[in-house]
Amino acid sequence: MDDNNDRIRPTEAQLKARRSRNIALALALVAFVFLVYFGSIFKLGPAVFNRPF
Amino acid sequence: MKSDMAVAQREQMLDHTARLSEATAGDFVSLLKPRVMSLVIFTAFVGQILAPGSLNPILAFIATLCIAVGAGAAGALNMWYDADIDAVMARTAKRPVPDGKITPNEALAFGIILSVFSVATLGLMANWLAGALLAFTIFFYAVIYTMWLKRWTPQNIVIGGASGALPPVVGWAATSGTVSLESIVLFLIIFLWTPPHFWALALFKSGDYERAGVPMMPNVAGEASTKRQIFVYSILVAVSGVLPAALGFASLYYGVVAAALGIGFIWYAWRVMVVDDATMKPAKSLFGFSVLYLFAIFAALLVEAIVTRVGA
Repeated sequence: MDDNNDRIRPTEAQLKARRSRNIALALALVAFVFLVYFGSIFKLGPAVFNRPF
Repeated sequence: MKSDMAVAQREQMLDHTARLSEATAGDFVSLLKPRVMSLVIFTAFVGQILAPGSLNPILAFIATLCIAVGAGAAGALNMWYDADIDAVMARTAKRPVPDGKITPNEALAFGIILSVFSVATLGLMANWLAGALLAFTIFFYAVIYTMWLKRWTPQNIVIGGASGALPPVVGWAATSGTVSLESIVLFLIIFLWTPPHFWALALFKSGDYERAGVPMMPNVAGEASTKRQIFVYSILVAVSGVLPAALGFASLYYGVVAAALGIGFIWYAWRVMVVDDATMKPAKSLFGFSVLYLFAIFAALLVEAIVTRVGA
């Protein structure tokens, strides 16, 4: 029995939907990184550098 | 025969476990109830601006975003739990879960993840009172309203309205770190506005709610009683609308605008009560006006706060 028969072949619609979700997820992650970075800078102000080593 | 059954079972298993999703990013966005979210963003923003103290504009933007995402997460959890009744109501049948685009588990995971991130981010970037209030808002909407009140009592949207009324309080807390009388008045305006708004909708969508078995006021108490209650609530809405001026945290100008809008609200509710129209046109008019009313009240408060700050 060919192993390939067990694989699920995505349809064109499924591939397109997955691409759309991946792009949205990437954008959301990048936005969240910026949000935390700039949020921390503005929340802590100059004290952001005043950390114990 | 046995092998046929095994194949069928395997196909069924594959269908449930290895189904490839056709949900687009847009379907996930619609889980957040964008139209409801827009009102939440606006009222929360007004709460932020009216509150004493100041928040860095970037942090204020992040706080508004967190409140919006938190409200959206509550919407996603609502759509996860209510998929069965959404499927039988014409107004909601095309939502992504009953439509089959998003599985209930995907909606649940999406709602929980966004809830956790929005609350944690708001707590860290603004303060933990605001974070806790946002968590309470999500809990109230998803658990108290959606899972408990909605299918149990015709007072569902009266009590459940608290979750929709909390965003300006969360916004106020994000800026000031407190909950004061002024923010409670903002809460009260939306809380009292919710029953006439939703009962007007329920009057012309009562068939939908009846089919779904949701005990909305027109199905339980009848149209005449609902119309009387709408009228009583509309008086309370009009009174609550002028409270900011009466309590001195908005000007007389605002008071005049709010009073005029309140009289309009009562007039529309009066027409719902006395005009016997099978097409439910007065109820539709009240529903439309109620949206305009809430937007106008909060817009008036916002404009006045901005003018006062610029003038100071």
